[in-house]
Amino acid sequence: MDFFVLSVLKALVVAGALMTSLAYLQWVERKVIAHIQLRLGPYRVGPHGLLQPLADVIKLATKEGIVPSHVNKPFYLLAPFLAVSLALTSIAVIPFGPEIEAFGVRTYMQLTDINIGVLFLLAISSLSVYAVTFAGWASNNKYSLLGGLRAAAQMISYELPLAIALAGPLLIAGSLSLREIVEAQQGVTLGILPRWMIFQPPAPQIFGFVIFLIAAFAETNRVPFDLPEAENELVAGFHTEYSSLKFASFFMAEYANMITMTAITTTLFLGGWLPLFPAEYGSNFVPSILFALLAAAALYHGLHPARRKDRFSLPVVALLLAAAAALFLIPIVQTFLLPLFWFLAKAGALMFLFIWVRGTMPRFRYDQLMSFAWKFMFPAAAVNLFASALLVALFAR
Amino acid sequence: MPSSYPEQYFPIVLQIAIAMAIAGAMVAASYLLGKRVRNPVKDSAYESGMVPVGTARERFSVKFYLVAMIFILFDVEVVFLYPWAVVYRDLGLYGFLVMFLFFDLVLWGFYYMWKKGVLDWSEEPPRS
Repeated sequence: MDFFVLSVLKALVVAGALMTSLAYLQWVERKVIAHIQLRLGPYRVGPHGLLQPLADVIKLATKEGIVPSHVNKPFYLLAPFLAVSLALTSIAVIPFGPEIEAFGVRTYMQLTDINIGVLFLLAISSLSVYAVTFAGWASNNKYSLLGGLRAAAQMISYELPLAIALAGPLLIAGSLSLREIVEAQQGVTLGILPRWMIFQPPAPQIFGFVIFLIAAFAETNRVPFDLPEAENELVAGFHTEYSSLKFASFFMAEYANMITMTAITTTLFLGGWLPLFPAEYGSNFVPSILFALLAAAALYHGLHPARRKDRFSLPVVALLLAAAAALFLIPIVQTFLLPLFWFLAKAGALMFLFIWVRGTMPRFRYDQLMSFAWKFMFPAAAVNLFASALLVALFAR
Repeated sequence: MPSSYPEQYFPIVLQIAIAMAIAGAMVAASYLLGKRVRNPVKDSAYESGMVPVGTARERFSVKFYLVAMIFILFDVEVVFLYPWAVVYRDLGLYGFLVMFLFFDLVLWGFYYMWKKGVLDWSEEPPRS
């Protein structure tokens, strides 16, 4: 097939999947936080509130889109545009799987593999600080200005440890291409552990991973680093003066950044699309077994229903899960579904961590935040990098 | 495997175009959809329901400028780390020593900055 047609197709599929997962990430977050706080969360719109994202979009789109007269209009409108377009761009270099062959076409499960992939990701993610700063300044509101300034200072401060922690995997893989970095993580080490960057000898990047994750929390303005949008001190900070879909676009950008950050972490530290253990030990059957167990559980609860309607709905869910389990056993589907499963499982686990931390942690104080970035994170990242470098120089073959 | 530069970068251009289309549609949709009724109160800056005093075009803490300046200094240094990390396996121990020397020089600047109190954001006046 023509390369350009294939590229357009892949880009559309990725964009569609990304937009859907953005909408449902919001739902998942509300549900998880609700259950952490012993609430039910969204429950009214559709079964278990599954249509809530759609309802939210319709509601936000039909809201009055005010552009206040006191704002600096060009920058005020540029900020949400910049936030969304930058947040959605970086997905282009994330590899979701190896080279596959389906319907007579050989292609990579990645939009494109450029030889400076990591630099591209870093460049795009550092540009997103402009969106927040523009929004804060152009709103001409004291709280927004404070929020924007705080966000700018926080994001650039945490970008340093993030970037230095990122250099660790590069050191071991010897490449800036994300595909080659994943391929450098193939195999098993110490008998049982996968050869992911966090375990890979001679320099396991486990500390680099933790530093990167903390910095990623700060870069995406998530709790406990959500000072730029602290509701109770800054009345929501840099997006106070935004309404309607312009308001929603900042949230969309935040969730898209979260997805990108978890995808980068998965790719660089957790072995990307590679399975937890090699296929010789039966890792190909893990998704099937998982879905079959879930189906059995759903069926059991359907036969012993707690509520009347469960007698019908839970067996249907069980049937769907069993179908998913069967789907993972078809050889031709396995080639592209298995890598995707492992990638999404790792990224999803990290995403759950993001939400879990939000449900558990209080917020930092601003001076603590800044001194933590500069006095602990930056030196720790530097020490980690040079310790890894020394280990690689001494023990690498 | 697409090897030429146009083939490598075409998907990125495409993705940027899609992202900009979505972003533009969101900003435009908030303009087109929904009725708009203006009044002076709705038009004023939101300060928790109080009547806003003055504008937001005020002076803010010089600390923000300082952070931006030291960020640029260290970020340039980090950019130097990347090519070094990629070819590190070929350089070996020599590469380690050279980069350590370079990093060391910048770290002394970092130490000076720390002692000067640039990194302290609490109320105490900076030590001279």
